Amino acid sequence: MTDEDLRLEPSRFSPRDLFAEATAGVLARPGRAVLTALGTVLGVAALVSTLGLAKTAGNQIVTRFDELDATDVKVSPRRGTLPLDSEARLTRLNGVTAAGTLSEVDVKGRLVSSVPINDPMADNELPITVQAASPGAFRAVRASLRTGRFFDSAQDDLPVAVLGPGAAADLHINRVDQQPAIFIGDLTFVVIGILDDVERRSELLDAIIIPNGVATTDFGLAGAGTVQIETRVGAARLIGRQAPIALSPNNPKRLTAEVPPQNQGVKNRVEGDVNALFLLLGAVSLLVGALGIANVTLVSVLERVGEIGLRRAVGAARRHIAAQFLLESTMLGFFGGLIGTTVAVLTIVGVAEIKDWVPVLDAWLPLSAPIAGALVGLVSGIYPSWRASSVEPITALRSGI
Amino acid sequence: MTVVELTSVGRTFEGDPPVEALRSVDLRVDRGDYVSIVGPSGSGKSTLLNILGLLDRPTSGTYRLDGLDVSGLTDAQRTAVRGQRIGFVFQAFHLLPHRTVLENVMLSQLYNRIDAKERRPRAQAALERVGLGHRVDFAPTTLSGGERQRVAIARALVTNPAILLGDEPTGNLDSTTTGSILELFDELHSAGLTLIVITHDHEVSRRARRVVTMRDGVLVDPTLADA
Repeated sequence: MTDEDLRLEPSRFSPRDLFAEATAGVLARPGRAVLTALGTVLGVAALVSTLGLAKTAGNQIVTRFDELDATDVKVSPRRGTLPLDSEARLTRLNGVTAAGTLSEVDVKGRLVSSVPINDPMADNELPITVQAASPGAFRAVRASLRTGRFFDSAQDDLPVAVLGPGAAADLHINRVDQQPAIFIGDLTFVVIGILDDVERRSELLDAIIIPNGVATTDFGLAGAGTVQIETRVGAARLIGRQAPIALSPNNPKRLTAEVPPQNQGVKNRVEGDVNALFLLLGAVSLLVGALGIANVTLVSVLERVGEIGLRRAVGAARRHIAAQFLLESTMLGFFGGLIGTTVAVLTIVGVAEIKDWVPVLDAWLPLSAPIAGALVGLVSGIYPSWRASSVEPITALRSGI
Repeated sequence: MTVVELTSVGRTFEGDPPVEALRSVDLRVDRGDYVSIVGPSGSGKSTLLNILGLLDRPTSGTYRLDGLDVSGLTDAQRTAVRGQRIGFVFQAFHLLPHRTVLENVMLSQLYNRIDAKERRPRAQAALERVGLGHRVDFAPTTLSGGERQRVAIARALVTNPAILLGDEPTGNLDSTTTGSILELFDELHSAGLTLIVITHDHEVSRRARRVVTMRDGVLVDPTLADA
């Protein structure tokens, strides 16, 4: 028989009424609602803060990479040497801010001392590495001075030296205002500066650095060992391709250029490492949260058997009952997700504040996390709401409360 | 005019052996009637009430409610008829403890296509009809047993049902309160409402205009026997 034959209007439950009833159902026991949603809160908070913190930390690490390594190019020959005028050739390239050669000098076993007298009793002669450099190398390795000055192109043929802090300590030299001399074998060099630090090529810290010209004359330096280049930010990869051609136009493949790894790769790797474990933790807490919602919703279905029976008696169809309980558990999940997201964002901002980082968060994350919570609630509610919809009004109403 | 007409209605519960809760029940209730169904426990009163209230369907016979043959309806159709034509009053009041008195009364309008704007005034009117116009915003838990049952009666009346079905409506009440609820039934009856009340309390059945007795799944309706 159709409804029309019966002059019968099927029962209906408008979305607005459904929403109002589900809200009232959740708010009827606010304490329980909060406890029920707690698992979802923790799960979503763990997931969102993990992703956010990884992003923030990853961004921080990448910023550091950018500052130093993204401007760092080092060219070395596979065999043979580099031209001694590399500095002049490279500074012509657009994108190079500084370049200089660095070559370890073969001093043929000569020892270094700061005293002219050869005293066999005193142990004042030391084997110290000697590096020949072109003037631009100091800027290219971002060297800073403790005292004195670097040598420049006018001093290329003069016997001057700049000491790394380690070498200066070994030689007991800490001031240069009286132009102290050092002796490499029997050759005299005037110390004009002492380094404080270098940001690249830390081997310079323990070396004596002399100009290329004097190294050629005194020690027979034939060519440069490596070239250190500092580029403008973002130009490193381009210079890495151009530099070998500029230095060895006939056979650029003879040279290798070391350039920083691509940013995206670093970033992804860092995020991947940090994420895996915590994402797993977050997923587990979310699962526990889902079970919590399912469990409490089921208990509340059993408790509210009388209410369900009554609703069925006053005209609610099975699907209306199912819809109400499903919406209640979805709402619990949604609000759990919302609170969890809030906690996570506060955590990220708090950690970033303490670490002095810039908090970074993908916009889709805080927007989609509450929806993920709602989905958790929806899935958790499926079984309990099915149970609710199969409550028989007769038995329910007799069980009286 | 006949509101309820049961013709040789039987209800057998599956099992080993099958239980014949109703054998062959004939019952006619006219509009404005006030019928009380009595009988010892196990006589099939509750089964009859479930069938009358469309909470259960007969295994044999026909049931016409308000002119419609409702014995062959689907679950969804019976649900709709139940919501629109039948008002229930139970021994347990089944009020939602966290909602106000007014909201509890409005509950039975939720599923029946009643315009949302009309619900509040209609619920208010129903509460005034049972003498609780001054309690609309109270929580049910703060009311006395008699007042709670009045709220349940208002909830049953608010949809203008064809019949009001009472299942031991005074079972949880003391004799004074029972008296006041029975007075309310009398008033509703004189206003034209059709009442069917199942009870084992003689005090209650005595007030009905007509008493029918269930015994071993058979109903003895004196009016039909006379006819």
